[in-house]
Amino acid sequence: MRNPTARMWKGVLWAFCALVALWLAAPSLVVIPLGFTDKRSFSFPPTGWSTRWYTNFFQDPSWVGALASSLQVGALVAIVATIAGTAAAAALTRSAFRGRQAVNAVLLAPMIAPVIVVAVGLYALFLRANLLGTTLGFVIAHSVLALPFVIVPVTASLNGFDRRLESAAAICGANRWTTFRQVTLPLVAPGVISGALFAFVTSFDEVVISLFIQSPYLQTLPVKMYASVTRDTDPTIAAAATLILGLTTVLTLTITLYIARRNRVR
Amino acid sequence: MVTVQAPVAGSTTADRVIDQAAPSKRGGRLGLLAPAGLLLIVGLIVPLVIMLWYAFTDPSVGLGNFRWYLGDAVQQRILLRTFTTAVNVTVVCVLLGYPYAYAMVAAGPKLRAVLTLLVLVPFWTSLMVRTFAWVILLQDHGPVRTLLATLGLGEVQLIRTNLGVVIGMSQILLPFFVMPLYAVITNIDRRLILASSGLGAGPLTSFFRIWLPLSLPGVGAGSLIVFISSLGFYVTPALLGSPGNSLISQQIFTQVNGLLQWGRAGTMGVVLVVITFAILAILALVSRRSTRRIEGVRS
Amino acid sequence: MSDNSISQGAAITLNKLTKRYGHATAVDAIDLDAEPGEFLTLLGPSGSGKTTTLNMIAGFVDITEGEILIDGKPVYALPPHKRNMGMVFQHYALFPHMSVGENVAYPLRQRRLPKSERGRLVAEALNKVGLSNLSHRMPRQLSGGQQQRVALARAIVYNPRVLLMDEPLGALDKKLRDSLQLEIKRIHAELGTTFVYVTHDQDEALVLSDRIAVFNHGKIEQVGSAQDLYERPSTIFVAQFVGESSLFHGLAVDHGEGKGVVSLDRTLYAHRGDARIGAPAALVVRPERIRVQPTTGVEPSGNAVRGRILQEIYLGSSRKLEVELGDGSEVLVRESAGDVTANRPGDLVWLTFRPEDAVVLTSDESTATPQLAADDQIPVLTAQLAVQRNRSV
Repeated sequence: MRNPTARMWKGVLWAFCALVALWLAAPSLVVIPLGFTDKRSFSFPPTGWSTRWYTNFFQDPSWVGALASSLQVGALVAIVATIAGTAAAAALTRSAFRGRQAVNAVLLAPMIAPVIVVAVGLYALFLRANLLGTTLGFVIAHSVLALPFVIVPVTASLNGFDRRLESAAAICGANRWTTFRQVTLPLVAPGVISGALFAFVTSFDEVVISLFIQSPYLQTLPVKMYASVTRDTDPTIAAAATLILGLTTVLTLTITLYIARRNRVR
Repeated sequence: MVTVQAPVAGSTTADRVIDQAAPSKRGGRLGLLAPAGLLLIVGLIVPLVIMLWYAFTDPSVGLGNFRWYLGDAVQQRILLRTFTTAVNVTVVCVLLGYPYAYAMVAAGPKLRAVLTLLVLVPFWTSLMVRTFAWVILLQDHGPVRTLLATLGLGEVQLIRTNLGVVIGMSQILLPFFVMPLYAVITNIDRRLILASSGLGAGPLTSFFRIWLPLSLPGVGAGSLIVFISSLGFYVTPALLGSPGNSLISQQIFTQVNGLLQWGRAGTMGVVLVVITFAILAILALVSRRSTRRIEGVRS
Repeated sequence: MSDNSISQGAAITLNKLTKRYGHATAVDAIDLDAEPGEFLTLLGPSGSGKTTTLNMIAGFVDITEGEILIDGKPVYALPPHKRNMGMVFQHYALFPHMSVGENVAYPLRQRRLPKSERGRLVAEALNKVGLSNLSHRMPRQLSGGQQQRVALARAIVYNPRVLLMDEPLGALDKKLRDSLQLEIKRIHAELGTTFVYVTHDQDEALVLSDRIAVFNHGKIEQVGSAQDLYERPSTIFVAQFVGESSLFHGLAVDHGEGKGVVSLDRTLYAHRGDARIGAPAALVVRPERIRVQPTTGVEPSGNAVRGRILQEIYLGSSRKLEVELGDGSEVLVRESAGDVTANRPGDLVWLTFRPEDAVVLTSDESTATPQLAADDQIPVLTAQLAVQRNRSV
């Protein structure tokens, strides 16, 4: 880079990006110190330190219950969405058929539909079907949202898969199901596992729909946090937020490193 | 030793054997799509249809709800505010996200990994956590206000304002802009820039005439996602804004939660969905025309 | 035909086998027999239908019309995994997540063989292909040639009665191809299985096969041994695809007992041929059977055509001459190193050959008479061409 003007512009670019990066990452971090404040207020930065909000979190049955519900629903959604999404991705990539573009678009529709409208609609539906505040209801609602996040990585994995391997397995005597189990699935696993983790995170984080389909008997963690913020000033939220932040970061890093490692091995 | 064309003794099967596997192939495909399809119907289609139904039938059958909605000045103002907020958020994301994506492409592999991670982690961090973080930051005696005061910018009200909503939503939606844009510009052939400078163009010219046009599909895709998401955002406007400057999503909530006005909520829902589809359709047309232009020039 | 008395190969019969994709016909009502234990090659250019035929035998492609019989029994109802055939693919198709040993054992697993039995058969198969020590390696650690041998081992480990091979050596370099060809030939002799081999490389076909079926546009033009195809081609396509040929174009004419070919200003004679009288035809001679004489001196008797040498190509053990004829077409003449004449590019020469070395075949649109060049030095006159039919056709 001999040109000094170019170098100056480059410097400006990097400085700008550093600021943007800060803007992206830093705000969420404020919840961490706030969880250790000693006062019952959101004032930031905290002036004193205490761990009582964490103790409060783990001792309060409603908070722990919400965490447990989120984990349980998330795990179930991971299973349901992965099975449904993998099957759909298999159908999409197997062979070209008329209307494949349309089916693909429909399957990715949950990403485009305005969440609030779907949420209210689900509320009306579940009201009739007595599904409000039920695990089944939550799993259905979250799985729909999670579907696109499973279909995209699984489709990518399947597209990179050599079809002739299935022919080879067949001529060796394996039927369709055995071929899928012994040849296709192991080789497509990275995409499937990524999809499952994405599905879990999507469900764990979901707040809008969960607000509408909740009941006093079943609240997920983000819902409890929302209720708490609107009702009073309780730094226990910050403790919960920090826990969520930690869990999500660990999962995201795991997925990213896992995919990177698989790509390097290939 | 050349074969004689005589039928093999004992074979009574007709010479015509139709494609055996076709029906079972179709059945298999349908079976694979069934679970996802079922989920979509129950979890997405039916709720939307219910809202549509209410829009036209509650409290009475007809277009009454729409007439009310389009005639109500307050609602129209809210709709406009929703629209402009989405536009503002999109513009901020473009201005901040474009250089960031460009830097991601220009960076070396290690730096790019860091930049990518910095984009991905917020992408996956709960909406609730990030909104809450902004509540803390923008609160009345909070750090941002104090900072602005110290910098001599005076007393700026941030929370419970539309400004606060835009700030919060932009930060939350920025990854949704950067990722699609990065996906597009990472595929731009770097040699085109070399060719351009080889032909005598300065770096600024190369940027504006070569790089920028080729990156527009990515900008379009990212902006689309950000804009459409902004229209339907609920939690962030609810927590960072106020009832006085509410957006359409908050209105939908109010109609259902407090007033049990399903019809009116349905109407607003229909309006949102229609606007979303209209924008998608327009963008699809625009992108098809611009692709034809690029492909046309190539051929 | 393999003379294996303990023949483990099955007989394959294709009756009016047809495959259509919409309006396009990939395989057009072909009839073909493979004798038990035979090495049959399906030879042809890309898109000629040979791979589609192989895939129909394997069961990967559904039949539109006709039937496939293995040992007399129809197989159309059987899915691929029930047909008990072996197959080797062009890009090996080894399972990347399994070791070499696990790959080869895979078909045995499907047949529920006990572990000890599996181990024994895998060791035998790897031994046959010369890879005994590599059982624990992963496919990506092997070279192309080694991977193809593993694929072969996997295909023969359960002693199938039919082994299908889809251009298995296509992805390898020439030297490797040549050595693996010999390996495949050896394994075929050892096993006695019926091999059906697809390739577009006619040299490969000539080396490996007992018989070759030449495919063109979905039809089989000729089936026969290498010698049959080379010395007695029954169509112009076969004459040109298997080995090189020189063609003299014209109209078929009757002379004496049989038909003949008209060419330029003279009649050329052949001992064999079955072209339709009056139809466009070509007289086909192998380049090494043509002699070149300078035009100075007396005109030779018998089959003689005037031409001008365009190019000379030196090949070490022989040289090829490209000669332009009066009608603008070009023919090849091959002289072995010992018989090189003094002719050079630009010379006008006589090309001569014996009727026994020629055959007259019908031209279709793809091999029809080329357009006449604008300014010809040698005048073109239509004339009669006679062929004496040889009873041995």
